[in-house]
Amino acid sequence: MKIVACIKQVPDSAAKVVVENGRVSWGDAPLVINPWDEFSVEAALQLKEKHGGTVTVISVGGETDKEAIKHALAMGADDAILITDPALTGLDTQAIAQVLASAIQKIGGVDVAFFGRQAIDNDSGLTPSQTARLLNWPALTLAAVITLDGTRIKVERSIEEGRQAVSADLPVVISLVKDYGEPRYPSFMGIRKAARAEVPVWSLASLGIAIPASVISWPDIMNPPSREVVCEIISGNSPDEIASVLASKILAEKVL
Amino acid sequence: MKTWVYVDHFKGQALPASWEAIGAGKNLGTITALIFGQNIESLAKEAFEHGADEVLLVDDASLADYRAEAFCASLSKLAMGASPDVILLPTTTRGREMAAMAAIDLKTGVMVDITAMELQGDRIVVTRPIYAGKLLSKETCSSKPQIITLRGRAFPKPAPQAGRTGTLTKATPALGEAEIKSKVEGYSTSESGVSLIDANVIVSGGRGVSNNPALTPPAGLDEKQAEIWRAQQGFILVKDLATVLGAAVGASRAAVDAGYVPYSHQVGQTGKVVSPDLYIANGISGAIQHLAGMRTSKVIVAINKDADAPIFKVARYGVVGDLFQILPALTAAFKQRLGK
Amino acid sequence: MDFSLSEEHDMTRRMVQNFTQKEILPVIKEYDRKQEPIPFALHRLGELGILGICFPVRYGGQGMDFISLGLACEELEAADTSLRVAMSVHVGLSGLTLLQWGTEEQKKNFLLPLASGKKLGCGVFTEPGMGSDISSMQTSGKKDGNSYILNGEKMWISLASKADLALVTVRTNPSSSRPSNGLSTFIVDLKTPGITRGDIHGKLGVRAGSTGWINFQDVRVPIENRIGEEGEGFKITMSAFDHGRYTVASGAAGIIRAALEASVRYAKQRTAFGKPIASHQLIQEKIARMSQDYEIARLLYLRAGWLKNQGVRNTRETSFAKKFATEASFRAADDAVQIHGAYGYSDEFDVERYLRNARGAIIYEGSSEIQTLIQAGYALGERQEKPLRCEMPPYDPAYWQNNQ
Repeated sequence: MKIVACIKQVPDSAAKVVVENGRVSWGDAPLVINPWDEFSVEAALQLKEKHGGTVTVISVGGETDKEAIKHALAMGADDAILITDPALTGLDTQAIAQVLASAIQKIGGVDVAFFGRQAIDNDSGLTPSQTARLLNWPALTLAAVITLDGTRIKVERSIEEGRQAVSADLPVVISLVKDYGEPRYPSFMGIRKAARAEVPVWSLASLGIAIPASVISWPDIMNPPSREVVCEIISGNSPDEIASVLASKILAEKVL
Repeated sequence: MKTWVYVDHFKGQALPASWEAIGAGKNLGTITALIFGQNIESLAKEAFEHGADEVLLVDDASLADYRAEAFCASLSKLAMGASPDVILLPTTTRGREMAAMAAIDLKTGVMVDITAMELQGDRIVVTRPIYAGKLLSKETCSSKPQIITLRGRAFPKPAPQAGRTGTLTKATPALGEAEIKSKVEGYSTSESGVSLIDANVIVSGGRGVSNNPALTPPAGLDEKQAEIWRAQQGFILVKDLATVLGAAVGASRAAVDAGYVPYSHQVGQTGKVVSPDLYIANGISGAIQHLAGMRTSKVIVAINKDADAPIFKVARYGVVGDLFQILPALTAAFKQRLGK
Repeated sequence: MDFSLSEEHDMTRRMVQNFTQKEILPVIKEYDRKQEPIPFALHRLGELGILGICFPVRYGGQGMDFISLGLACEELEAADTSLRVAMSVHVGLSGLTLLQWGTEEQKKNFLLPLASGKKLGCGVFTEPGMGSDISSMQTSGKKDGNSYILNGEKMWISLASKADLALVTVRTNPSSSRPSNGLSTFIVDLKTPGITRGDIHGKLGVRAGSTGWINFQDVRVPIENRIGEEGEGFKITMSAFDHGRYTVASGAAGIIRAALEASVRYAKQRTAFGKPIASHQLIQEKIARMSQDYEIARLLYLRAGWLKNQGVRNTRETSFAKKFATEASFRAADDAVQIHGAYGYSDEFDVERYLRNARGAIIYEGSSEIQTLIQAGYALGERQEKPLRCEMPPYDPAYWQNNQ
């Protein structure tokens, strides 16, 4: 089987992110593999272990964005491709999906393309389904359980109402949720391999596509408004009255 | 502006966020609600009552279950024919995916999971959280249609007007069953129980939960056992509220140490550090190590009989009173308002 | 001189840290209170290859170098000392000693299961009446045909009740000209008839660890299990201590770092006299001292690790690292408790556990007093390094990582 996992490099989830001079800054927090993508690499590796084949990770980023790739290789991915091009900064998800779809087509013969459910920087969760749409492959998103039988793959999707089992013939795009199971740690052999790996770099030219157009723009990024907390004591003539007022106030806060 | 709203439902039960989307769209222009499924005509009535002017209904066996490519294809085909200016969807698992894929078909963009929107000329400028809500981003889309998904509960749900109607148009699905590549094999329930770290809402109990004077412990228990019994009764009230709110149950160190609840529920510097949207602290004084574990919660509500308890300094809303009366009343109030 | 860690080293350190954060930290307090080992800890260390980190692949290990061993120990002890103790006795005292002194046959039979994590090893030297004075040990090993009969009692053995194999030094020649020449070392299967073992509880620290005693009553050990020659036991034991001592030194640096991080976190939050206590200079003094001591401890053990990689004898440098880091870790934990005030005195926070854990390392694996004598010996020129019959080879990635 030819298996691909699309991964992204993001600032550590514990990083303190602020806006400085209109740009997002995470201080000296490390850049790591998007935590959701660890699940997708894990799913890719498990599929390979059960059914044979190779796992290739693809990442779109800057020239030095190798942390995510190295982590995936250390987990056991066979090889990696970094797609980098100055034109790739500030692109929206539709454009990124085009780049990824082209790369998957260029690799050729891919059976499954795995994604994490979303990236923890943009939190959009759009790229997996958009890449599937461009490839015209079934999108089996939010998968918690994956089983392959011949060329028919079945996933249990994690939806609001519980689980939905959906199946389709390969090739497919699958995105992963946490319920899938803990991703493995890098092995020592994997760490050595990753440290020595030479990662091929593809540009847009080598993909044979033009600069994809972005239609989304970000006129402003802000720190959330800081609120001075002033406690409002709710009182009333009876517990029911108090509870009624309190419930209304809480609902008005739109936190439920 | 011609505004479409996709009504998300599961087996004919609309997700309330769909009505919030209609409410939000009313400010933009006339609303056409889109409903896809099988035997879902009753949803059209609900859509009109919540403010839709028109309903586009695609009722077909092939749409009985949600499948990404089928639902997206129908949405895209209808949109290509009618050229709406805006398509609003709730940010549900289905809504997000349909928005994503329709954007590809329609060669436009998606602004996803927004919490606010503002019309500037004919462009909508949205606000959406990024970096897990640590930052807010303003976004705008230069192409048409502007596809937007709305975060649940960020926009008010319009009150339904019984008897309100509009124009119902039926349409056929874009794909025949044979053209749809995926098959739905069935449904199941997932494991219940919300984990503390992931929970959006946490209801916690502290030492104060064990002090209910109105309770008489069963005979034969010594003082320590009686205290634990009382506390467990108190935690039942905590759990009842948590169940109605779909929340996780937390506890202060004092409660864990006293044996009322297992350590896995402990919130605090040495337990779990949590940052839910809503934290309801019952009978918790608010000692610094507990605060360190939950003070970044968006909205903190405290119920405590001691008006000087430090927890009130970080709470947005507080009740100084008997939690054994307030908690059940609060549970009942929410049960009624959330329609549970 | 390049002071930076390689990418491999950094990834190794992060992997062990991720493991301790995800799997050990959530449960350690509970088991430390119960005075019981975390049931899955040793198994997980074996599964993840950490128990075999620096052994050659051909002997079942993971093929990493000695600096990786040190980095792993630092991360493990930053979580809890009990994990690093397992490394000290399994990797240090038994595994590396076998690698250095064992025959090819012995390495295949005994090192392979240890390095692959299938069996657990420990080091057995201390007796109820003997700790620092190794050459006065009483446990006897009497030659009987093709085997030795072991008799005696060993005590304060880490992993005594958990290990499968033990590296044991006993007196085989009661009438040698010098007592230190009368010792021999064996690898012993702890299931051999005549061996009884038990746990010791009530320790001040390392309560989630497993410490015990091993009793030998007419225990027959085949001659194939003798490491080195008869009479080489003292030298082999000293080699074992060099290896174990290195893990203790690197681990203690982890305690200093953990105490420092806890103190910085607490001092920034806690307020007194109108400001966070981190703004008060007497608190800053303690934090500065901890941060300096961490740098020193770290540099000392990394240098010892580098020497091990070069295949250069490093008793002196390891002694500096061990004595400094263990004493500094106790000071750092003590300061951390003080910074935390009353909360530091309760087990709600981790710092009191660091303090209790740190105290032991000043005693074991060569007490501070012994380290002082070693260091004086070198400085005064009275201690001369004679080449050993079996030296630890330098770390060669090709040899360590290839299967043949």
